[in-house]
Amino acid sequence: MSTNGHPVSSVRTLVAVFLSLMVLTALTTGIAFVNLGAGSTAVALAIAIAKASLVVWFFMNVRFNTRLIPVVIVGGLFFLLVLFVETFADYFSRGWYGHGR
Amino acid sequence: MAAEAPGGSPGLAHHFDSYEQQKEAATLGMWLFIVQEILFFGGLFFAYALFRWKFPVAFNHASRHLDVTLGTFNTAVLIGSSLTVALAVRSAQLAKPRRIVGYLLGTAALGLVFLGVKAYEYHHKWVEHLVPGPDFRFDGPGAENARIFFSLYFGMTGLHALHMVVGIGILLFLLRPAWQGKYTPENHNMIEGFGLYWHFVDIIWIFLFPLLYLAGRHHQL
Amino acid sequence: MSDPRTAATDPPGYAPVSYLNETWGLKSWLLTLDHKRIAILYLISVSFYFALGGLMAALIRVELATPQGDLVSPDWYNRLFTMHGVMMIFFFLIPAVPGVLGNFLLPLMIGAKDVAFPKLNLLSWYLYNIGALFAFWALLHGGVDTGWTFYTPLSTAYTNTHVIAVGLGIFINGFSSILAGVNFMVTIHRMRAPGQGWFRLPLFVWGMYATSLIQVLGTPVLAITILLLAAERLFHIGVFDPAYGGDPVLFQHFFWFYSHPAVYIMILPAMGVISEIVAAFARKRIFGYKFVAFASVGIATLGFLVWAHHMFVAGISIYAGAVFSILTMFVAVPSAVKVFNWTATLYKGSVLWETPMLYALGFIGVFVIGGLTGTMLATLGLDAHIHDTYFLVAHFHYVMVGSAVMGYLGGIHFWWPKLVGRLYPAFLSKFAAIVVFIGFNVTFFPQFLLGYLGMPRRYHTYPPEFQTLNVMSSAGATILGVGYLIPMLYLLWSLKWGPKASANPWGAVGLEWETTSPPPVHNFATSPVVTTEAYDYAARAARAEVPVGG
Repeated sequence: MSTNGHPVSSVRTLVAVFLSLMVLTALTTGIAFVNLGAGSTAVALAIAIAKASLVVWFFMNVRFNTRLIPVVIVGGLFFLLVLFVETFADYFSRGWYGHGR
Repeated sequence: MAAEAPGGSPGLAHHFDSYEQQKEAATLGMWLFIVQEILFFGGLFFAYALFRWKFPVAFNHASRHLDVTLGTFNTAVLIGSSLTVALAVRSAQLAKPRRIVGYLLGTAALGLVFLGVKAYEYHHKWVEHLVPGPDFRFDGPGAENARIFFSLYFGMTGLHALHMVVGIGILLFLLRPAWQGKYTPENHNMIEGFGLYWHFVDIIWIFLFPLLYLAGRHHQL
Repeated sequence: MSDPRTAATDPPGYAPVSYLNETWGLKSWLLTLDHKRIAILYLISVSFYFALGGLMAALIRVELATPQGDLVSPDWYNRLFTMHGVMMIFFFLIPAVPGVLGNFLLPLMIGAKDVAFPKLNLLSWYLYNIGALFAFWALLHGGVDTGWTFYTPLSTAYTNTHVIAVGLGIFINGFSSILAGVNFMVTIHRMRAPGQGWFRLPLFVWGMYATSLIQVLGTPVLAITILLLAAERLFHIGVFDPAYGGDPVLFQHFFWFYSHPAVYIMILPAMGVISEIVAAFARKRIFGYKFVAFASVGIATLGFLVWAHHMFVAGISIYAGAVFSILTMFVAVPSAVKVFNWTATLYKGSVLWETPMLYALGFIGVFVIGGLTGTMLATLGLDAHIHDTYFLVAHFHYVMVGSAVMGYLGGIHFWWPKLVGRLYPAFLSKFAAIVVFIGFNVTFFPQFLLGYLGMPRRYHTYPPEFQTLNVMSSAGATILGVGYLIPMLYLLWSLKWGPKASANPWGAVGLEWETTSPPPVHNFATSPVVTTEAYDYAARAARAEVPVGG
């Protein structure tokens, strides 16, 4: 559906996304009690990323935006990744060759 | 909003050539603001990741002191408020002023529920001596490190809550113009911008909840 | 229809009524939404904080003229260099070129009526001043003594000075910077004139875009760093405290993640100015336009990857040190590309030795020294010896003062006729430019030698064998101070008594020169349409057009 040529999300779509987010929320809580060892954090993050993606794509209407918006989002996340990767590179490698942690 | 330009374009600022240009500018501006907020919270997420990697036992024990039921409930509440604000934006796109106000009020109500639960949780932490400060007391392994967990817990959820309070404040300012029909299908950038902001605050919580509340829950402690 | 107040003797394109005087009164200035007026407001504010920072520099150089600590106590010396750094970096260098020249020129250069969010623009100026007032208050109450870098645990556990007040001021100022960055990015993306694709933009606009990228992405990390610093100081949250498992070096990671890209906030706008000046006064398009444009964005991007080169001897792992060292070498490449392109532009150009060009040429020379010494510092083995010595002090002053400030002054001198509709005395301005260049080099070149010989930074006493070089440096500082004072005087003088300027006194190519001097409130009588590349000098010469000069 659209007004003035601008696309509008249907109520059905929005409610469907909402219900998916609820299911994923229940899943993330439930799966936290299952012993996945080191995989727990990865699974929790994966579910969170899925939820965030649904919010961004459907609730924030990024699917209707120009290509610039996803570029902006990915660009911003890239620099956050730089902070994580390069700083962790220091902390991970401090234990090598007898350096203190 | 801006005075009516000659030729009858209410709400079109003088330095823009069209509603389309104004809308594109508002959307891009809001997303850039959100990106900087991501970097802002990102610093805290990094600190959390670092210290959880360093002190997994202390963090798992500390995380047990958070109430999973309340946390899950709050997550659901906030997602619900994202639905209501998305419906408010849709109502603006369809020129339905009364519905904009209704959905915005619903958003505010759910936001207040969230904050109420958080206030309850904070009070509980205070009573349990888990607020970092002179009264901090933690019984469990890695007590000094647990202090960092709670510092980050209060810092991150506190900053998040502050963003919600600001959001609700802004929402209140949108109610009157919405009721008066000021937000038209061509020009409802304030509602869209607010919606983007609110969704972003929801997304922060989507990451905060599992990281803070669900750390190491499967372990037998 | 010509304005009846225009005298018959006024040069063509001079506007007796413009954005400056179309409305009167304090409210019309303090509540203005006109980007050009906001630029003038920034000009006044940054000049004030530059003078404050300069005063502290003067006191530092007076102290360092003698080996003994005889002017101030060690504690007060710490406060002097800290507040000098804070004032200059946060309240002068970061806001100056974007706030003054960026604000004024950006809409003009893209044929727009204003920036995307004029109210946000005014808010940025107010936030800057509110933040600066916090720092000013702290200054009046003894300042801070931790160095502008606020390293923990001195800043969190040991110092009794007003860390939180200054931190708050910087935090608020950060918002000013972020909002300005958002504003400029949206303006450039969405408000370019019809026909003005990205590769027809003046390179100053590319420079401002790259700067805005850094402001938006980097400043929020500084913001969270300040909050963590305050929380550690007030509540002992433990993240920076080894007693709780924290790490003081973590503060440095957070701090430099912003503060290194911040130096590119300070230099990229100045580089943009240099591109404009070199093109105008060599009467040639910039050689390798696309290379310069991409180099600007490249500097902004790569600049985010290299921050821990400030931390080589702080306790990071040697492997991380190696990675950051190599990455830092990469960031030198786009900077060098720009220098080669400016030089190639000058080659076979018709060089005009006007004042802005003198600043630009000075910039290029000084920037090469500053940049190369940066790569020297980036070399792990060498840095172990020269980190935190006067070699470092000289390096960053070569890029921040020699380059950024000279770029700023060059820009002020280039666009002054456009800003205020007046010309300044040619001989005096060229003389002052040369005084600045000489004064700057006499001040800071000896400091390379001092650092290499072992004099540490942030010390108010030194062994007597270093005195000669220190006296040279202090003498140079006096010359530099005179060099800065002269323009302040003649620029103010020109407001009332300077010859009126035409629309395009330099005969330059650019949309800003196609409107009156000073411009009208809405910038252009009719919205321009862009059909040519940015530096259209060759085509203009081919059409044998006589540029409107005055």
